[in-house]
Amino acid sequence: MSGTDDALYERLAAFEGLPAATAWTGKDPVNLPMIRHWCEAMGDEHPAYRGPDAVAPPTMLQAWTMGGLSGHTDRSSAYEELFALLDGAGYTSVVATDCEQEYLRPLRPGDEIGFDTVIESVSPRKTTKLGTGHFVTTRTDVRAGGELAGTHRFRILKYAPAARPSPEAEKPRRPRPVINRDNAGFWEGVAGHRLLIQRCGDCAALRFPWLPGCADCGSREWDTVEASGVGTVFSYVVMHHPSFPAFEPPYAVGLIELAEGVRMISNVVGVPYDKVRIGMPVRLEFLRVDEELELPVFRAGGED
Amino acid sequence: MKPGDELPPLAIPITRTLIVAGAVASRDYQDVHHDAELAREKGSPDIFMNILTTNGLVGRYVTDHFGPRSVLRGVAIRLGAPNYPGDTMILTGTVTDVDGDTASVRVVGANGLGHHVTGTVTVEVAR
Repeated sequence: MSGTDDALYERLAAFEGLPAATAWTGKDPVNLPMIRHWCEAMGDEHPAYRGPDAVAPPTMLQAWTMGGLSGHTDRSSAYEELFALLDGAGYTSVVATDCEQEYLRPLRPGDEIGFDTVIESVSPRKTTKLGTGHFVTTRTDVRAGGELAGTHRFRILKYAPAARPSPEAEKPRRPRPVINRDNAGFWEGVAGHRLLIQRCGDCAALRFPWLPGCADCGSREWDTVEASGVGTVFSYVVMHHPSFPAFEPPYAVGLIELAEGVRMISNVVGVPYDKVRIGMPVRLEFLRVDEELELPVFRAGGED
Repeated sequence: MKPGDELPPLAIPITRTLIVAGAVASRDYQDVHHDAELAREKGSPDIFMNILTTNGLVGRYVTDHFGPRSVLRGVAIRLGAPNYPGDTMILTGTVTDVDGDTASVRVVGANGLGHHVTGTVTVEVAR
């Protein structure tokens, strides 16, 4: 959080515990037409919500408190101020995320609704898929004829919508390899469609990935051998989460054992992620990722 | 009813009509629930179902199953992936706890994008 956000959050948090509505009344008493419209929309045919002894569907609790198209004219100043602060900071959009209701007594046609709402909490700044903003939680006591009929905790996210980049123009690119003098020879090989393995100049041990010295004897002398391209899946994982730009989960990441004996991490292509198996034969090919980048990958069904 | 009982799944086609009818029946005139153009300006690809409608559907799913004598005592839900027009939400439920006549039911509503709603419904079923 930057200093500005900190200062904003301090001001937002000061609203915790303040009333958002005190002794408000529902615009309409509980009534059969609204109950029927609700049941039609929901496809709810519960017999308790019909007929002369009808009660309201308990899940309508909040509906009786709504301001409707004309809104509530007697907005509490605290709630208005909180929203003005959030709007002013760019968090202009709103989406509801949580609703927790308890039903203590049924609401019947003719019941006059009264309610009190308190701002229970304001979260620090959060970044979500929709955008960045603050969660605001309120708690409402709903009364009918002065008697507590239900409680209603409600959480919304006031947020600044995340920019929606045009999908093609800003398609994220796969990460670029870091090429240095220790591994430049490998990438030169890839450019020529050759998968090169280092071989120790003294003890002839093969090694991969590329390193300046031999892990077996310590020698710094080396040359290369070209991999035949034949291999098997030694192990693999399937990535579901987290997702990284340019990678669409789920996908399989394979540890490929080359016929020469060294192993390398790569993609297994030509087979769905959930069909990759240990021991599966694979064959080297080169994948053109974009105009700059080509990568060695392994195609399943390598013994054809 | 006993813990572990599973409710049969219920498929709810998410039509534009359901989204708008649910929003209006719940007295929710936020533009993102009926005006696709304004919804897009606010970063949403289309209109989406409001939480009151989801709440109503979750309550209906549970009382549909337990029948005419069932009474809702509580509904607590959390929303995830939005319900956009053209999608289908599949509601599933599992009884997690039974105390006398009262059961707790864990409900999940999954659409093409993931979990639209997860929550717990407390329902009393008179014997």
